[in-house]
Amino acid sequence: MTGLSSTCRKASTEMAGIVIAGAGQAGVECAFGLRAAGYAGEVTLIGAEPGLPGQRPPLSKSYLKSRGTEAPLPFRGAALYDRQRIGFLAGCALRGIDRGARRLALSDGRALDYDRLVLATGARNRVLPLPGFGPGEVLGLRDLADADMLIARLPGLRRLAVIGAGFIGLEVAAALAGSGIAVTVLEAGPRVMARAVSAEVSAWFERLHRGMGTDLRLGVEVARREPGAVVLADGTRIAADAVLVAAGVVPDTNLAAAAGLATGNGILTDDLHRSSDPAIFAIGDVAMAPNRWAADPVRLESVANATEQARRVAAHLAGKPVPDPAVPWFWSHQGAGRLQMAGLARPQDASRVIEDTGEVLVVERHRGGRLVALETVNALRLHMAARKAIAPERVPA
Amino acid sequence: MVQVHFVAHDGTRTSVEAEAGTSIMAAAVANGIDGIVGECGGAAMCATCHVYLDPADAARVPDRAEIEEEMLDSAAAEVTGFSRLSCQITLEPGLDGLVVHLPQSQH
Ligand code: FES
Repeated sequence: MTGLSSTCRKASTEMAGIVIAGAGQAGVECAFGLRAAGYAGEVTLIGAEPGLPGQRPPLSKSYLKSRGTEAPLPFRGAALYDRQRIGFLAGCALRGIDRGARRLALSDGRALDYDRLVLATGARNRVLPLPGFGPGEVLGLRDLADADMLIARLPGLRRLAVIGAGFIGLEVAAALAGSGIAVTVLEAGPRVMARAVSAEVSAWFERLHRGMGTDLRLGVEVARREPGAVVLADGTRIAADAVLVAAGVVPDTNLAAAAGLATGNGILTDDLHRSSDPAIFAIGDVAMAPNRWAADPVRLESVANATEQARRVAAHLAGKPVPDPAVPWFWSHQGAGRLQMAGLARPQDASRVIEDTGEVLVVERHRGGRLVALETVNALRLHMAARKAIAPERVPA
Repeated sequence: MVQVHFVAHDGTRTSVEAEAGTSIMAAAVANGIDGIVGECGGAAMCATCHVYLDPADAARVPDRAEIEEEMLDSAAAEVTGFSRLSCQITLEPGLDGLVVHLPQSQH
């Protein structure tokens, strides 16, 4: 058995074991989590990207800001794959799932058998169905290749238009602030990060970004591209030499749906992250799972969620007690703003400002008189306390 | 290159060499040191890179910044006067030969 394999090929054929498809945070954590939980059988991890799987959050932050010199970390060093007997197939994508035969089709045409399959295939950048916004015409930022492509475009770039004022779009704007590149952020909604945070936190970050020189335009509808410009629905031309689309992601459910698994906004799972086929699990950005902090199943895009679901599935598959889920949490780092969220708020939940010093902002979110989330800007201790204190919405039987 | 010695909770010692300018956490992860996770990638957001400085070395490491103090409060293992977030310590030639001890768990 070899650890790293540069080609898309099965390293050993003795027994099927557990196959994990997708080598992002969830997939890698699950593979190593199986060993940590004492699982002794075969573990094979397949990743569509070339090279050793690495962290993504720094791509839109320190990696971009340092123009690629602060390389993002691999989740685990290469030596650890050998030592922990994780068979890793790099540059190898899943093409099909034959659930009857428990056999996977891989992108190089080979087949791979599994006893248990963990789908951690993540999500793809949303593509805008607009003229001039097709693949290859605009930049995106999700994986290392995306980040390298963006960085390669920066020298000589004068104006960048960013479509979408979510976490990624704003992190990019902050990382490029002061670089001499004029950044315009175009957002269809009335405020930044509207799906994720309260109006108060949105306003705090709108001030921050405008103060850093970003041209932030809210409530605008993008219509098309023309050479050197993005054109809005009202005819306004925004000069731009390059366009980055950061308009959210869509979960990669096509293969799962084609294999007959139940899907919606993600692959549907139960409390133990099992899909509608008990031999197949789904974790991370691709999974839509019940959550104790929400009334209905949710699909969460966060490092914390990916690692937690990975560890729970690893424990379950190793026959160990499954650790309890923790309060969901998220972070974003934009310029002088370190934003953390604990708990799951919905846009309509009430907000109550607890502290607002200009530098620090603390906002509680309430639903039916109950604290459901805490949003903090530059207030780590309160965030950490909230991660212990926010009570679940429901406790499964 | 700067050398760092990691002493696991069970006493196993692993020495790694890293380029000056990398963090201790980055050096550990790149070299497959088990006891350091580094879940947030060094953003001081997760406290899964908690280490203890060897008492003999504590004086030559720069003091904790406020953000590190705040974050250490939530480390999984016991926090002592020698506790540090290893992502916040940059390896410089002056830290060559540093000995750090790993906690039993980061979660
Ligand atoms: S790596 Fe997350 S706090 Fe150090």
